[in-house]
Amino acid sequence: MTTLEIVEILVRIAWLVGAVGFVIGLSRMNSPATARNGNLLSAGGMAIAIGATAILIVVRQASGVPVAGISWVIIVLGVALGGGLGLYTARTVKMTAMPQLVSLFNAVGGGAAALIAIDDYLGLAAGSSVRIDTHIFIVLDIIIGSITFTGSIIASGKLQGLIPGKPIYVPGGQLVTLALAAITVIAALVLFVSGTPNLLLMVVILAAALTFGVTMTLPIGGADMPVVISLLNSFTGTAVAMAGFVINNPVLIIAGALVGASGAILTKLMADAMNRSVMNIMIGGFGGGDEAAGAVAGAGGSVRSIGPDDVAIQLAYAQHVIVVPGYGLAVAQAQHAVRELAELLEERGVDVKYAIHPVAGRMPGHMNVLLAEANVPYPQLMEMDDINPEFARADVALVIGANDVTNPAARRPGSPVSGMPILDVDQAKSIVVIKRSMGKGYAGIDNELYTNEKTGMLFADAKEGLASLIAAVKAV
Amino acid sequence: MTAAEIDGLLQALTVFTLAILVGIAVISKVPATLHTPLMSGANSIHGIVLVGAMLIAAEATEPIGQLLSLVAVAFATMNVVGGYVVTDRMLQMFRKKPTAPKPASDDAAAAS
Repeated sequence: MTTLEIVEILVRIAWLVGAVGFVIGLSRMNSPATARNGNLLSAGGMAIAIGATAILIVVRQASGVPVAGISWVIIVLGVALGGGLGLYTARTVKMTAMPQLVSLFNAVGGGAAALIAIDDYLGLAAGSSVRIDTHIFIVLDIIIGSITFTGSIIASGKLQGLIPGKPIYVPGGQLVTLALAAITVIAALVLFVSGTPNLLLMVVILAAALTFGVTMTLPIGGADMPVVISLLNSFTGTAVAMAGFVINNPVLIIAGALVGASGAILTKLMADAMNRSVMNIMIGGFGGGDEAAGAVAGAGGSVRSIGPDDVAIQLAYAQHVIVVPGYGLAVAQAQHAVRELAELLEERGVDVKYAIHPVAGRMPGHMNVLLAEANVPYPQLMEMDDINPEFARADVALVIGANDVTNPAARRPGSPVSGMPILDVDQAKSIVVIKRSMGKGYAGIDNELYTNEKTGMLFADAKEGLASLIAAVKAV
Repeated sequence: MTAAEIDGLLQALTVFTLAILVGIAVISKVPATLHTPLMSGANSIHGIVLVGAMLIAAEATEPIGQLLSLVAVAFATMNVVGGYVVTDRMLQMFRKKPTAPKPASDDAAAAS
């Protein structure tokens, strides 16, 4: 065997090792205790796979396979650019803005997969015959990669607030989306039957798929974005597997299929946590944006406003307090203040727990991350099913910037939040809500909790409200 | 298609199918707490597309192919590096009992 042949074999084994790292890493990420280790294992597998690829290119060049000098410039420059940008954004992003960054990373992954297929297609000689399986994989890679590229950018823009979070309806939008899908399918079928490269048809497919990603994501409300991002993540995995078929590379096929399948399961789990079906979400139209701020004391029932001193007395003489943190707490960066208040109360012998709704924050598990960042002891964070029976025993439920996940309207049919699992905050003996205004949540509806006679509303920004509470509790 | 080509295609399809089944099996009952990091972790894994981007960059001879592969390499590297770093940042916060307070949270503690 020549050196090149030996190296080719070793590289394939290295790719296999990388794939094993992904599988074991992902399975270790199923539990909090091993999750970090799992991610590092997966990163190690990635480093091995990429390092082996670099060695392969070097040995190929040394063995006489022509590799242009500019190819190395491209690789080094691309890695430096992408790596620098990725490293910088990942290290500096605020934890509240992390979901949109993940979506952006997903977009570029899908884009890269589509570019590989486009490059491969350009390399096919005009008039040559293309095997139908090659054609199918190239077309699928371009379609899925393009949809996830533009779709993820739109999703990211919605979460960042660059694009309004509320569903955007273009007149005849559903028809446009359907028409785009039809164009894509017909163009693809014509290509498959003809069996020869046709650049024009491929451009039509590319353009239709890119637009489809936009029109598919625009009508979906901001509240559903996490599920959408997860679904697009699964798409990217599939696109990468298709790219693996196109360039005949096993590690791309394995890793892509792995992410495609696990991403699909995860999407379903996320949708289940919100009691929605994935189909229902993709059809769109649920929920407004988080900027839907209304006037203080809006429609429907009277609201009792309460001052920080009264709240402080309630809290200081309570036995059990349950804190219900929501996105309002996250945007106000008030997680440190809430921990400080909780510690003050604990010194007074008050039992403090946090009720974490599965979709509190912007993504499932987002709130746990934010509170952990503020060093809130992990055992105090209670998941919904564990904490709900405890609300009846709680003297005070302190709701900070959470809205839809506390709305009792979810228990009745006929409301946009119907069927969504909620925290039983209304069972507590007394309820205090810290909120900037009577603005509506993502679902864009009034919250009946606020007009409950047990509820006192402390109108303030989460951070300022907590600061005044801390001062008041100290003075009690 | 020749017999060898069909053989290769079937092998690739076999690997693809089994990897899908592994992907389904690997995600079992995940606590909601871990949904976001898990999604982010899976997101990093499809950064493996960098391997493909490097291989097409090595073979690129035309300017258009060189441009496409440059963008593909940059995109894929951003996916890999950013994905793993941000996932690790999330998971760092799941430590059960922080032994020493982190600098980031010191200001809040000092204010009390």
